[in-house]
Amino acid sequence: MISLNYRDSRPIYEQIRDGLRKLIVTGALGADEKLPSVRALAAQLAINPNTIQRAYNELEGEGYIYSVPGKGSFAAGNTAADSARRAELLAQVQELLSELRYLGASQQELLDLVKEVCPS
Amino acid sequence: MIEVNGLVKCFDGFAALDGATLSVPAGSVYGLVGPNGAGKSTLIRHLTGIFRQDAGTVRISGQDVWENAALKARMASIPDDWYYFLQSSIRDMMRLYRGFYPGFSMERYEKLKEVFHLDEKRPIRRLSKGMQKQAAFWLALCCMPDYLILDEPVDGLDPVMRRQVWSLVLADVAQRGTTVLVSSHNLRELEDVCDHVGIMDHGKVLLERSLAQLQDNMVKLQVVFPDGMTEVPAELPVLHASRIGRIHTLIMRMSAQEATDLLAGYNPLLVDAVPLTLEEIFIYELGGADYAVKDIVL
Repeated sequence: MISLNYRDSRPIYEQIRDGLRKLIVTGALGADEKLPSVRALAAQLAINPNTIQRAYNELEGEGYIYSVPGKGSFAAGNTAADSARRAELLAQVQELLSELRYLGASQQELLDLVKEVCPS
Repeated sequence: MIEVNGLVKCFDGFAALDGATLSVPAGSVYGLVGPNGAGKSTLIRHLTGIFRQDAGTVRISGQDVWENAALKARMASIPDDWYYFLQSSIRDMMRLYRGFYPGFSMERYEKLKEVFHLDEKRPIRRLSKGMQKQAAFWLALCCMPDYLILDEPVDGLDPVMRRQVWSLVLADVAQRGTTVLVSSHNLRELEDVCDHVGIMDHGKVLLERSLAQLQDNMVKLQVVFPDGMTEVPAELPVLHASRIGRIHTLIMRMSAQEATDLLAGYNPLLVDAVPLTLEEIFIYELGGADYAVKDIVL
């Protein structure tokens, strides 16, 4: 479900956080679906439970998951999407777009791409 | 909680431990790292009550370890040179362990039999080195320890068994709150399993932090300075700098955000902050000049 890449320069907790976030954003983990417990994930990935807890805490702070004491963590619906994350992603898109411009992509090509991803 | 304070141990006038101080919070996995001869194994032998210190204190759960059988019944250890009786099999050793550890779990012993695929009736001395290590883990985990002290534990284990063993240990940490102290040179692996790290050198603990703090407190930056600026400004607190073409690689002791803000003042063309691996932190903390890989061509 989540794979760790040891050649990745990101710390382990970030890889777990980003991996889980991707699962939630793509809908692989639906709203109110239970996430694996910290214990299960620690044993499965052979990773320190505190590292996994840190990833869960950050996701909870960003609003992607919520936790019920004694029950575990659950994926939140996408209503809670974080504005800080949105700003961060927009900045990344801007960076990629300017690189595409540098490589000679036309405005039409970029607009087509936007239309393809979000048909109105 | 394991607390070691000002520990000193001399062998023939040589101070193998020279005022080592460390503390391992309960329920954490603590990685003890350091160059060869730093005193890691000596320290571990004090924790398990094999050596008696010349000065300082070694306390686990608030009690002194030396000659404290009740406390040792709650600890299991896998030393780097483990010992089994001649001719004894895993089953014989299990009976011995069961006599010493009141919490010994036969249920777990039977369960782990499936994991380790070892012949429990064969003399342990006739097993391979890696299989002997597996036997050590098998027996140690059955003791249901509150404290697990491991000295280079996964040396000699194959990749599948390493993962298997860590998975068992970490499940125990998550479930029972076992406190683990592990010494190793495999920093890549420690990065996954530890949440606290202590770096030892010359019989002292140079620094100990949580892994999160350690990684947030040091940063590697790739910087391209604007035209006309070829040198790294002298006022920057740089631990280590190297340069390829126009790209400077700087190691700084601060968070990524602070470093980026600081460099923004020089209007760089590019700043890219990369977190450091434990291996890099180890190398830079032990301080370049006297302990580094030397460029020697034979």
